[in-house]
Amino acid sequence: MSSLAYTRYELLRVLRNRRFFFLSLGFPLVLYFLIASSARHTTNLAKTGISAPLYFMVGMIAFGTMGAMLSSGARIAAERAVGWNRQLRISPLSTRSYLRAKVLTAYLMALLSMVALYVAGAAEGVSMSASHWLSMTLLILVCLVPFAALGIAVGHVLTPDSIGPAMGGGIALLAFLGGTWFPIPSHGFLHDIGQALPSYWLVQASHIAIGGHPMGTKGWAVIAAWTLVLAAVARRAYRRDTGRV
Amino acid sequence: MTAIEVRGLCKSYGSVQAVRGVDVSIGEGETVALLGPNGAGKSTTIDMILGLAEPDAGEVSVFGGTPTAAVDAGWIGAMLQTGALIRDLSVRELVEMVASLYPSPLPVAEALELTGLGELANHRTQKLSGGETQRVRFAVALVANPKLLVLDEPTVAMDVEGRRSFWATMRELASHGRTILFATHYLEEADAYADRAVLMAHGRVVADGPTNEIKARVGTRTIKATLPGVDLDALRALPGVSAAERRGEAVVLSCADSDAAIRALLRAHPDARDIEIAAAGLEEAFLELTADGVEASAATPGEDLQRVASGTGVA
Repeated sequence: MSSLAYTRYELLRVLRNRRFFFLSLGFPLVLYFLIASSARHTTNLAKTGISAPLYFMVGMIAFGTMGAMLSSGARIAAERAVGWNRQLRISPLSTRSYLRAKVLTAYLMALLSMVALYVAGAAEGVSMSASHWLSMTLLILVCLVPFAALGIAVGHVLTPDSIGPAMGGGIALLAFLGGTWFPIPSHGFLHDIGQALPSYWLVQASHIAIGGHPMGTKGWAVIAAWTLVLAAVARRAYRRDTGRV
Repeated sequence: MTAIEVRGLCKSYGSVQAVRGVDVSIGEGETVALLGPNGAGKSTTIDMILGLAEPDAGEVSVFGGTPTAAVDAGWIGAMLQTGALIRDLSVRELVEMVASLYPSPLPVAEALELTGLGELANHRTQKLSGGETQRVRFAVALVANPKLLVLDEPTVAMDVEGRRSFWATMRELASHGRTILFATHYLEEADAYADRAVLMAHGRVVADGPTNEIKARVGTRTIKATLPGVDLDALRALPGVSAAERRGEAVVLSCADSDAAIRALLRAHPDARDIEIAAAGLEEAFLELTADGVEASAATPGEDLQRVASGTGVA
């Protein structure tokens, strides 16, 4: 009854799916080089006090890791479509072990995406202390928790046909409103919307590099609220999803 | 001990009443065929036995507890009706992964051997043919080493050789005291491999008994002939005839052996005319059973079918 074995095979499956693997890692990298190279010497992007290569590195990390977390949804939807989810339901695999495997696989992809962009960022001149790299990494990993839940929820609700456009559109919107492509103004409508989204706080992690404290009570509250709501939605979606697809 | 106990089971999907009051009891070690045409409610019943669907009404118990408890204990192995395999694993890895979920699985090599997958063990799951995929799904059900094996139309997509070796494996498993429930719409499969058949039609159990009796009951062919005023009991006594009924001036004979029956009929009643001999598909046989259930059971009181349900009453 080793659920670790299940997780191990799930990880193996992700690493073996080469097209998925290289596309999901490669796309944010290409975008990063396109955007950051042209603004390489901008040291104070839109008065944020953050250099363009650093800002866009974290921006693309937000974009790439959101995609990595939500891609677990695409894998779940594909498994449901072939009836594998029902096969798992009639095994002693516990809900907890199942979800843990899905979340860990998503996090593995997110970490790989992050490391790739760190290397790209360093190549574009981003530098900070080891402790800043570390705390930025930890902060991003925590801010990704609601996306882990979102991935599981959409995977158990959508079909493989609909999940592509839903994810593409959803990520684009969250990335745009979160400030991935350009810094969100410090007040006004976009600012208010952005602050209510987990993707905004993901992008704010870049403040760590310049010694800032990006989260504050509001940031933690937003991440916690989204985590609670999406975890409840994911749990419900998983429980209801026992029928034939 | 009872492996499966189902009482008054009902399930609707929207306005479709898939299962309308099913009662079945299956003892430990029995091999039972759940027989019926498409849309009879077999898969829905199986879903409820496995805990994949919640009954609207009625109760299911598996080894004395809930289906979920039996699943969690690892007592059930199942091959569901629809299903493919997840990709990016070899056949062996997939079976290993499933084996890791169960408390006392079969050795993976043995499961692969039993299902004839030895040579395909290193192939990726997405490269298999339909028949090979079915065999892997069978291995997935088997490796659980379950007390209860549930198979929903397992031989669909298998070729003749695949079917033959599949059933040979099943025989061996059954001889080890496992309880086996399989759904099929092939009377021959039920007859050859099950001790008992439960016939379903329109969401109900229409008959339940030893397979040889069920086979005689639904017959393989029907003979219809215009023969006014003939004594039905005399017709029933003819060789090869398992049931007889009147329809206006005509009689309809359900025949286990229509060749013997037609010879005997013509010898005894040379005036029979408008003779038709038709292969009774299960669908027709079931419709007949559902429509004439009360009459049929009243007409053949000695028959020891355990249950012949009425087609008109809702259980």
